[in-house]
Amino acid sequence: MNSLILRTIAPVLVSLMVLFSIFVLLRGHNEPGGGFIGGLIAVAALSIYGIAFGVGAVRRALRFHPATIAGAGLMLATLSGLVSALFGAPFMTGLWVTPVIFGTEIPLATVMSFDIGVYLVVVGAIGAVALSLEEEEDDA
Amino acid sequence: MEPVFAVLTGLFFAFAVYLMLSKFIIRVLLGVAILGNAVNLLIFINGRLLREVPPVLAAGLDVPAGPVANPLPQALILTAIVISFSFFAFLLVLSWRAYEALGTDNTDRMRLAEPETSPLPPEGY
Amino acid sequence: MPATSLTFFVLLSPFIAAALAPLATRLLGHRAAWLLALVPAGIFLHFTRFSADVAGGGTTAEGYDWIPSLGLRFSWLIDGLSLTFALMISGIGTLIVLYAGGYLKGHAQQGRFFAYILLFMGSMLGVVVSDSLFSLFVYWELTSITSFLLIGFEHERTAARRAAFQALVVTGGGGLSLLAGLLMIWNITGIADLSGLLASGETLRSAPLYPVILVLILGGAFTKSAQFPFHFWLPNAMEAPTPVSAYLHSATMVKAGVYLVMRLFPVMGGTVLWETILPLFGGVTLVFGAVLAVRHVDLKMMLAYTTMASLGLLVMLTGLGSERAIDAAVLYLVAHALFKGALFMVAGIIDHETGTRNLTKLAGLARAMPLTFAIAMVAALSMGGLPPFLGFVAKEEIYAALTAGDSALMLACAAAVLGNALMFAVAFAVALKPFVGPVLPSPQRGEGGSKSRMRGTAGSEQVATPPHPPSGHLLPVGEKGEPHDPPVLLWLGPALMALGGLLTALFAPAFHAAISSPMASAVAGETHVIDLLPVPHWSLPLALSLVTIAIGVGFYLVLARIRAGVAKGLDILGWGPDRGFDQAIAGLVRFSVGVTRRLQPGRLDSYMTVTFVLLALVLLVPPAVYGEFARAPLFPAHIPWHELAIILLAVIGLPAVVLAKNRLTAIVSLGIQGFAVAMIFLLYGAPDLAFTQFMVETLSVVILTLVMTRLRLSPSDRRPLSQVLPDAAIAIACGLGMMLFLMKVTEAPFDSSLSDFFERFSKPLAHGGNIVNVIIVDFRGTDTLGEIAVVMVAALSILSLIRVRAGALRRPDDPAETDGGRR
Repeated sequence: MNSLILRTIAPVLVSLMVLFSIFVLLRGHNEPGGGFIGGLIAVAALSIYGIAFGVGAVRRALRFHPATIAGAGLMLATLSGLVSALFGAPFMTGLWVTPVIFGTEIPLATVMSFDIGVYLVVVGAIGAVALSLEEEEDDA
Repeated sequence: MEPVFAVLTGLFFAFAVYLMLSKFIIRVLLGVAILGNAVNLLIFINGRLLREVPPVLAAGLDVPAGPVANPLPQALILTAIVISFSFFAFLLVLSWRAYEALGTDNTDRMRLAEPETSPLPPEGY
Repeated sequence: MPATSLTFFVLLSPFIAAALAPLATRLLGHRAAWLLALVPAGIFLHFTRFSADVAGGGTTAEGYDWIPSLGLRFSWLIDGLSLTFALMISGIGTLIVLYAGGYLKGHAQQGRFFAYILLFMGSMLGVVVSDSLFSLFVYWELTSITSFLLIGFEHERTAARRAAFQALVVTGGGGLSLLAGLLMIWNITGIADLSGLLASGETLRSAPLYPVILVLILGGAFTKSAQFPFHFWLPNAMEAPTPVSAYLHSATMVKAGVYLVMRLFPVMGGTVLWETILPLFGGVTLVFGAVLAVRHVDLKMMLAYTTMASLGLLVMLTGLGSERAIDAAVLYLVAHALFKGALFMVAGIIDHETGTRNLTKLAGLARAMPLTFAIAMVAALSMGGLPPFLGFVAKEEIYAALTAGDSALMLACAAAVLGNALMFAVAFAVALKPFVGPVLPSPQRGEGGSKSRMRGTAGSEQVATPPHPPSGHLLPVGEKGEPHDPPVLLWLGPALMALGGLLTALFAPAFHAAISSPMASAVAGETHVIDLLPVPHWSLPLALSLVTIAIGVGFYLVLARIRAGVAKGLDILGWGPDRGFDQAIAGLVRFSVGVTRRLQPGRLDSYMTVTFVLLALVLLVPPAVYGEFARAPLFPAHIPWHELAIILLAVIGLPAVVLAKNRLTAIVSLGIQGFAVAMIFLLYGAPDLAFTQFMVETLSVVILTLVMTRLRLSPSDRRPLSQVLPDAAIAIACGLGMMLFLMKVTEAPFDSSLSDFFERFSKPLAHGGNIVNVIIVDFRGTDTLGEIAVVMVAALSILSLIRVRAGALRRPDDPAETDGGRR
């Protein structure tokens, strides 16, 4: 698509959407949000970027193939479930640590890395589909 | 409000079924998309309705202060939405490829796997 | 090792050996037979340790709990009956393994053969020692499966495949009948093991369902033991290599049915029904098998039919159930196992050496094969019932049993005389005829391998496949020179078995004490002492024996004429159960095709119609029948205007999708109903759902646009009115059903215990304020893991579908492909 307006706005819009998606992901445990929604917002951002600059640009920006990202997410989610095995707890037991970084208590948990895994799977899997379909469009 | 939404859910189902009974794959697909929404509504209303209070705890509270919307159906539906979208996309691409390969969008004419005149299976040993 | 676990290991050992057999054969070639034979030999030795105890009247019942909650055990029972069988199975098994080592020497699949035969041996051993009814059944079916593998060993030949399939269907089907019978026994008596059952006295016989149980059990026994009219699989099973025939049809497979009726005789025998069915079927099978035996010229086929006759005799004797009849059955069972096994192996040696088993092409081999001749004669003398062989002892006892009763026994006695006379003739036809007379030129020259000829004489259907060269197997020694006595691996087995028939008779007191008396006692359920000696003394049985021999000699002399007569009779009859089997299978295939074509016409809309009609029926019929429709629903008096607007939006969006005339309208309408749903979620306290739904609807619209633009399809429908009306009716019924269902559900009080749990513990346990998210990533995290895996798999499938070149799916004769494809 060759629209000057879109090309001008797209970089700003896309970076805002990606930031927002991460924000939604991270606040998901206490406020509305989470991996599924965050992931979908990121996919939307990728699609817009692809429409504005072509799928090739998105692929270059991502560095990794989306399916690889999805695979990494699935692996992260599985490993998050397995961590508890090291402490003798059943699979998928949530574990928490609260290290103090720069004077602030940062709660970190395996459920959080699990949610990040969900986010990556959604971004990767659905992003891969959307990008492939857009790509075919460019060919035609 | 539940009876009103029961009627609405019934409508969703009726239109989804009508579309899925078509012979043309695109119509079937549209039906599948609506069916996903119909089922999500069904689960949502089964969990009873409560206006405007999401199941989110205010800061500092350990349990909700008052009644909140039922969180369980929401958790079920949230994953269901993403999965039904994945399958919708899969079916969409599948029918697109089938259309390209077989040259028809009429499911009655998609007979590659089940030909109209297949021979009897062998009766020997 | 304690005795219990040792026996367990012994019962397991054939299966372990089977797993190792291919490896051993690869390393040692045919000499692996010596190594593998140690396994059955070890089993044999293990069981001899029980014989002193069993001879003294003791029994051993041991085992382990298998499924304790169901009261099922893996247990074994060792008494006179099972011990004799176990000794026969392992003893003859040892000799069979050795024989197979010589017979299949150089065969590419010899290792597999050893594995199969050891598996079969283990299964058969399990059948006869099982105490638990259910391990008995499991082993029983295992023998069916392993015999399928053995009979179909030369699976490249159609006839072998057919025979294997037939054996599996007949004996496996009988096994199901047996299972039903065993389950009924369990149900009625509450006893799940034989040792308990044997002590249960009259319970089973007096049960009202006794006739049903008896018929079901006999369904299993008769199919396994090839009783008429289930006999046809047995002769066809001669397609198997000779070691299999020698093993399955002398001591094992076919005797399993006899074992079963003998085993259950104390608790099920002695009734009028028992004494009618068994002698009737046994007698018919005896005469029928003996008559059919003389119809054939193939040595193995002749022996196969006499086996069938012998099984009939055993069933008949067990059915009569008098003390002497049981004793006779026991003696004949052992005698038969020994002489029949030996004769089968002799037939195999003759085939191996000369390349044929056709009686009319064999003569004068005695000079070239003196040892084989001697073995054959010893076995045949026992089979013919001449003193001083075990066959004679058995025959004396048979006639004693059949003449000791009323006149009704006369018929059975006549059948026995006729059957025995015919079997006498067959015994000498097999053991004498090929060895005497003028030396014929070795027939295999100019006629190809032995197998192609065998098919012609085997009596089974002619096969259209070209003569199958003996691919890497069965290189008859005779092909390299004139026939001569075989190597030790081949003659050792038959020699020992034939000698066994002599020695057991010569040392009759010891044999009776160790084997036949305990076995007869176990069968009868009361102490029997057998003390018959192989010394002729003048009596009625001896007279009958002499009559039998005289008639047998007569039959032998006019064998060719009888054969022609029987063949003519069968030709007139035309139809037999064997052909009936083919017809039944063909009918089954056609029936399945008919049903499949009706249920799966290959049209998506008919599948959908059936599915949704059923859905509507499920939703509407039960409430209508039980009057459980929702009460008149309480519609709210006041609906906020913004909610009304959203509902209206959905109500407009839905029909717009159906009625849309172009792509854009359809896609937009689909988006509208989706956004309406998202708004409903938002208004009713589900912001997470609402946002997800918004995103998904947006993406759906985007990809739908992408694909539909490419398809260049109109979304509008072209249904004729005749289709619109039923479709609409089904759709409305489904919608109505769902609506009523939902109303019914929501008018009932809500059980919120699960939701309460999540609300109460979300923060304290999972440290999360967003309860929905906590459920997804923590409480039900494993579900979510599965779900994201599904998303992943769906995405991978889509990617592969997109990558498939469209042309790859097209058929090559498609014109679009040949004239340049895309334009």
